[in-house]
Amino acid sequence: MAAQATLDRVAHAHHGSVRRDRRRALIWSYVFLLIFVIFFLTPPIYMFITSLKTSAEISTGSMPWWVSDPTLSNYVELLTSPIYLTFFRNSVMVALLVVVVTMLVSILAAFSLARMKFWGSATLATGVFLTYLIPDTLLFIPLFKIFAYLNELTGIEFINRWWILVIVYPTLTIPFCTWIMIGYFSSIPKELDEAALIDGAGYLQLLTKIFIPVALPGIIAATIFAFTVSWAQFLYPLAFTTSTDQLVLPVGIVTTLIKGDVFNWGQIMTGALLGAAPPLIIYAFLMDYYIAGLTAGATKG
Amino acid sequence: MAQVALRNVTKTYDETPAVRGIDLEISDKEFVVLVGPSGCGKSTTLRMIAGLEDITGGEILIGGELVNDVPPKDRDIAMVFQNYALYPHMTVFENMSFGLRLKKVAKDTIKARVENAAHILDISELLERKPKQLSGGQRQRVAMGRAIVRDPKVFLFDEPLSNLDAKLRVQMRTEMKRVHQKVRTTTIYVTHDQVEAMTLADRVVVMHAGLIEQVGAPNDLYHAPATKFVAGFIGSPAMNLVPCGLEEAGSGLLVRFTENIAFPVPDSRTARYRPHLGNAALLFGLRPEHILEQRPHMEPNQHAFEVTLEVTEPMGMDTLVYFTANGVEVCGRVSPNAGARAGARMRLVADLGNMHLIDDRTGKVL
Repeated sequence: MAAQATLDRVAHAHHGSVRRDRRRALIWSYVFLLIFVIFFLTPPIYMFITSLKTSAEISTGSMPWWVSDPTLSNYVELLTSPIYLTFFRNSVMVALLVVVVTMLVSILAAFSLARMKFWGSATLATGVFLTYLIPDTLLFIPLFKIFAYLNELTGIEFINRWWILVIVYPTLTIPFCTWIMIGYFSSIPKELDEAALIDGAGYLQLLTKIFIPVALPGIIAATIFAFTVSWAQFLYPLAFTTSTDQLVLPVGIVTTLIKGDVFNWGQIMTGALLGAAPPLIIYAFLMDYYIAGLTAGATKG
Repeated sequence: MAQVALRNVTKTYDETPAVRGIDLEISDKEFVVLVGPSGCGKSTTLRMIAGLEDITGGEILIGGELVNDVPPKDRDIAMVFQNYALYPHMTVFENMSFGLRLKKVAKDTIKARVENAAHILDISELLERKPKQLSGGQRQRVAMGRAIVRDPKVFLFDEPLSNLDAKLRVQMRTEMKRVHQKVRTTTIYVTHDQVEAMTLADRVVVMHAGLIEQVGAPNDLYHAPATKFVAGFIGSPAMNLVPCGLEEAGSGLLVRFTENIAFPVPDSRTARYRPHLGNAALLFGLRPEHILEQRPHMEPNQHAFEVTLEVTEPMGMDTLVYFTANGVEVCGRVSPNAGARAGARMRLVADLGNMHLIDDRTGKVL
């Protein structure tokens, strides 16, 4: 009896210490999470507050964290301004097309590099990744020259057209997406393809019926990446497009809402916030799916 | 349903030979097991039959048709893999019907065939589940179901039970035998486990270093191994192989181990062994169950000797005893009531009626 009681007490004490450890760990995680949340959410909140102010109120600069006279006029003005809607449309078109092109190319590239062992495939796979390591700031001038040359050669005007970005962005997105997908595809057990091959699948069916569904979390991750890159890219559109009707959001906001030395802060903040909305919505919507896919262990046979 | 033939099949990976010339005829509805240690080429052979590996040389025929250059999907085979290789994003039903759906078989037919296979394997309740919701044994059944549904000419099994725990493995072994009796399809089964090979096969093919050592019914391999390798590989605990000399004694022969220990060779074998009288590299082979405790009445060809036991292992049904003879550890199998104790002297009996004599230089059983 006594021994049993002692055992119980020991077990209890042990249990208690585990709970205390867990509590301490939780408290610390919350402390750090809170610090990071404040750090990262302060700018958007400041933007949001500013977007609700009139230009007059902003220029007095009395209370940066408080709106004394809230107004939606910035939103109304932007959303009814045809030029802002053009930027938005250009951005959407560019991002969607880039995502489609990127995924088409990188899924096929990754499949062949991961599975069809051919001469030089390993070197090629590494090469794809090395391409990604070259900073885009080094590339825009050579790219510009290439398009100027192509213009002379074909007579097609590439520069200052929004769709040139659909040709240019994949140089940034395809290497990285291909790299992610090679990793995902390689983690699929070889026997799965062999089973499918014996079951009568060809390479295309192997890709569409086995690889893409099984590697869906990876494909979604790559899609998010491609979308984010093409939505937020600033340097290339700044270099390649100039006419107002050909601009995408990030460049459009900066070039049209800053008139000379007049910064229309209210509208700039509103435009930036509205511009940040689509990626935010996509993340919020796909993140659940993404995480669910990861935790389901879809690649485990 | 079909027979399979391999004619001088070879496989070389970058100069390294994996399979060095295999000839094998497998008849219709036969259950053949390829067995051997890892690296013996058994899996490579199976994968060449499946079409997953190119053939370096030779011919493979399935149902009389040369399939050397036929892709896997057109060979009308089904394969079960060690790790099951179930499609993780599909339900059990979808997994089992995948092959038929690719062939655009009518929906009703697919449903009937999947349900029939599920019934045979007792997995009818699992059809809507995903592989990750299944236990190892259930996954194994689904993998078999996927093969059965296709109704192929040949079933290929690549170590299908290796990922299961010991108890389940024995259970699934029986299950496979039962399924084969119902479905009756030509089956080629690869394993490294000689017990699996013995229990499942109509015929066992023992492979070693890329070559076939011996082909035969399980009992033939056990009682009449052709080579030293087969003698040592089939049976657990393994056959005892003790260096010995062969000498003449009157009209008969003696196998001599030491100055004091020598056993007369059974009369039925003297003629067979006589040509090897001068051979200095002979091994005497005797299975543990033919080394027993001494009983009051000795059978003919049984000969008593006394040893000091080094280790005893009670197995329940009998007790394994280990001692050293001619520098080699020897295992015997005695009754649990024989009073075997480690460190004690014990009188044992060798049943020479079941002896083998092996030429250690050629590796052949004489």
